Amino acid sequence: MSTSQTQNLTLVQAVRDGLHTGMQRDDDVIVLGEDVGKNGGVFRATEGLYDEFGGDRVIDTPLAESGIVGTAIGMAAYGLKPVPEIQFSGFMYPAFDQIVSHAARLRTRSRGRFTCPLVVRAPYGGGIRAPEHHSESKEAFYAHEAGLKVVIPSTPADTKGLLISAIRDPDPVIFLEPKLIYRAFRGDVPEGEHTVPIGEAQVRREGEDVSVFVYGAMTPRTLEAAENLAEEGVDVEVVDLRTVSPLDREAIVDSFTKTGRACVVHEAPRSGGLAGEITATIQEEALLYQEAPVVRVTGYDVPYPLYALEDYYLPSVARIEDGIREAVEYP
Amino acid sequence: MSVLQRDPRDQVRVLDEDGSVVGDVPDVDDETLVSMYREMKLARHFDTRAVSLQRQGRMGTYPPLSGQEGAQVASAHALDEEDWLFPSYREHAALHTRGFPLDRILLYWMGTERGNEAPPDVNTFPVAVPIATQTLHAVGASWASKHKGERKAFITYFGDGGSSEGDTHEAMNFAGVFDTPTVFFCNNNQWAISVPRERQTAAETIAQRADAYGFQGIQVDGMDPLAVYDVTRAAVEKAKADTPDELRPTLIEAVQYRFGAHTTADDPTVYRDSDEVEQWKRKDPIPRLETFLRETGRLDDDDVERIEREVQQEVADAIETAESTPRPDPEELFDHTFAERTPDIEAQHEAFAAMRERLGDEAFRNE
Ligand SMILES: Cc1ncc(C[n+]2csc(CCOP(=O)(O)OP(=O)(O)O)c2C)c(N)n1
Repeated sequence: MSTSQTQNLTLVQAVRDGLHTGMQRDDDVIVLGEDVGKNGGVFRATEGLYDEFGGDRVIDTPLAESGIVGTAIGMAAYGLKPVPEIQFSGFMYPAFDQIVSHAARLRTRSRGRFTCPLVVRAPYGGGIRAPEHHSESKEAFYAHEAGLKVVIPSTPADTKGLLISAIRDPDPVIFLEPKLIYRAFRGDVPEGEHTVPIGEAQVRREGEDVSVFVYGAMTPRTLEAAENLAEEGVDVEVVDLRTVSPLDREAIVDSFTKTGRACVVHEAPRSGGLAGEITATIQEEALLYQEAPVVRVTGYDVPYPLYALEDYYLPSVARIEDGIREAVEYP
Repeated sequence: MSVLQRDPRDQVRVLDEDGSVVGDVPDVDDETLVSMYREMKLARHFDTRAVSLQRQGRMGTYPPLSGQEGAQVASAHALDEEDWLFPSYREHAALHTRGFPLDRILLYWMGTERGNEAPPDVNTFPVAVPIATQTLHAVGASWASKHKGERKAFITYFGDGGSSEGDTHEAMNFAGVFDTPTVFFCNNNQWAISVPRERQTAAETIAQRADAYGFQGIQVDGMDPLAVYDVTRAAVEKAKADTPDELRPTLIEAVQYRFGAHTTADDPTVYRDSDEVEQWKRKDPIPRLETFLRETGRLDDDDVERIEREVQQEVADAIETAESTPRPDPEELFDHTFAERTPDIEAQHEAFAAMRERLGDEAFRNE
């Protein structure tokens, strides 16, 4: 669903464009959070919105995440469409109780009388030499919680399209933005109305030899690895999940039945990460197509290190290539 | 009457903006006063150099403290040796006053875990980056100390923004209910990144909130080191005194200003007027204390010059030490998660070591 005009935007500009379009179309859409107003957000994701829509719709709140999300739940139940920003995903924990105990369960607990159409936005992930607690990738917490949708885009166009879909979604959405690639490149983004459905993966690169399942900030690195391997004659298919809950299991199975080999890439810690869920899906639904164990290229089960060591923690292009080769060369 | 017994809307002051005495000078020996001045000068110079290191790409994001030296140094000086400090991320001067080495403070902001390692004789918790979380730890530790029958005070620092977090309210409520020896020191520097103090609370002062928790709250001119010392010292003594008619905790609101950006990643010109900055610069704690010390014969030109030189040398040495500290061994990634590596972590460590062997360190470089 798009118009033909496009703009060439960075990913963070696409966030802004998505919010702008959402707010223009619907007066009930409200942005709130720390520094989102006058300052335009510490990453500039809400730049200009305060000037255009005013302080009643773009609200600088006190520094209190539980307050931000908890009141947003009340607003959502009462008919607004709040889009709270949490400055960094590492600071969502004060709001975790509100997110998992209430946002996720309000529909169920009220037997549908109250609903919670809010979008909690937060930049996530590492690789930008940020201070302690600014680089974690904890999408599995939210994916594990029934009643939440968890979206992680990797291109500017998807960012806008998915964000608008999230705002219109009747249920709570956790929208995690890959800050590593906030400004790493530009892409064409449809102007005005543009939506991308939540829950649908996208094949970014077609290939026959091996499927790589990835999302968010690791996607460009995986595409780079795939190009490098193409030069060695390995034909890699790259599937960008875009939504980690609900997972597009059909897309995973479709790709895997074609290649019979898989590698999953994420920067989150290995144990309990999404790679486990993706692997289980393959086991359950495509076992007889399987020609090699599924390889996981992930972060480690250790606290995210201060930045002097983060390069050793995060999957690099070379590590991703190494993992893909392992899947291809088996046995 | 204790200095703490006054209306929380009434700001304690000892020195005027020009350094002249307008209140009761606390009973502090000359040497301590001069060393406070020296620590403040050191903090200012450290701060300037740290910002410049960040600009040159020799350090990561750094939170500057200039303007807050008086509050940090004087409050830390008011502690006794055995007392404990629970800092936020901006307390470089308070930490150094207690003996935390400057080079480690630099290492932390250079992204090296060694910067989190306090010398064993420095009673401090690691800096807390998540806002206000440390306030509860301070209450817990002070509660434990009381439980053990000790007489120690525990100070915790947080910002005006931090005063809004649920943790802060829970910490103060527990402190009141369990009468813990905790000093809550709010560095009200007027801004939580771009959000002004008025957006944190509709209360006239932050100090008056203590009322609701049942203990004393007091507002002090945070850029007046003598007033800060006086008030903090009284709070520390009260924390240890166990007088039946008053609760041990105190909330101190130190009214001050950060002259620079919130962090080196922030641009304050987007949200605040340069006039405002100029106005607050007139309250700069360093010249205020310097004037007082000079006028009372505790400091002269030679001393000032000597201190200036020493401070520059000390900071230069710290930078040299930090920058020549070897980069952490990548294997350290797998240390300290648990007392012993779990089988998963050990397996990941082995795979990591094999991969480094196979691919070489170049392969981990991410541009
Ligand atoms: C729980 C949490 N939320 C948000 C942040 C991001 N953040 C870092 S500092 C800051 C403002 C803090 O202001 P204040 O408490 O007044 O302290 P100051 O930095 O002014 O000393 C914010 C919002 C964080 N570190 N932790």
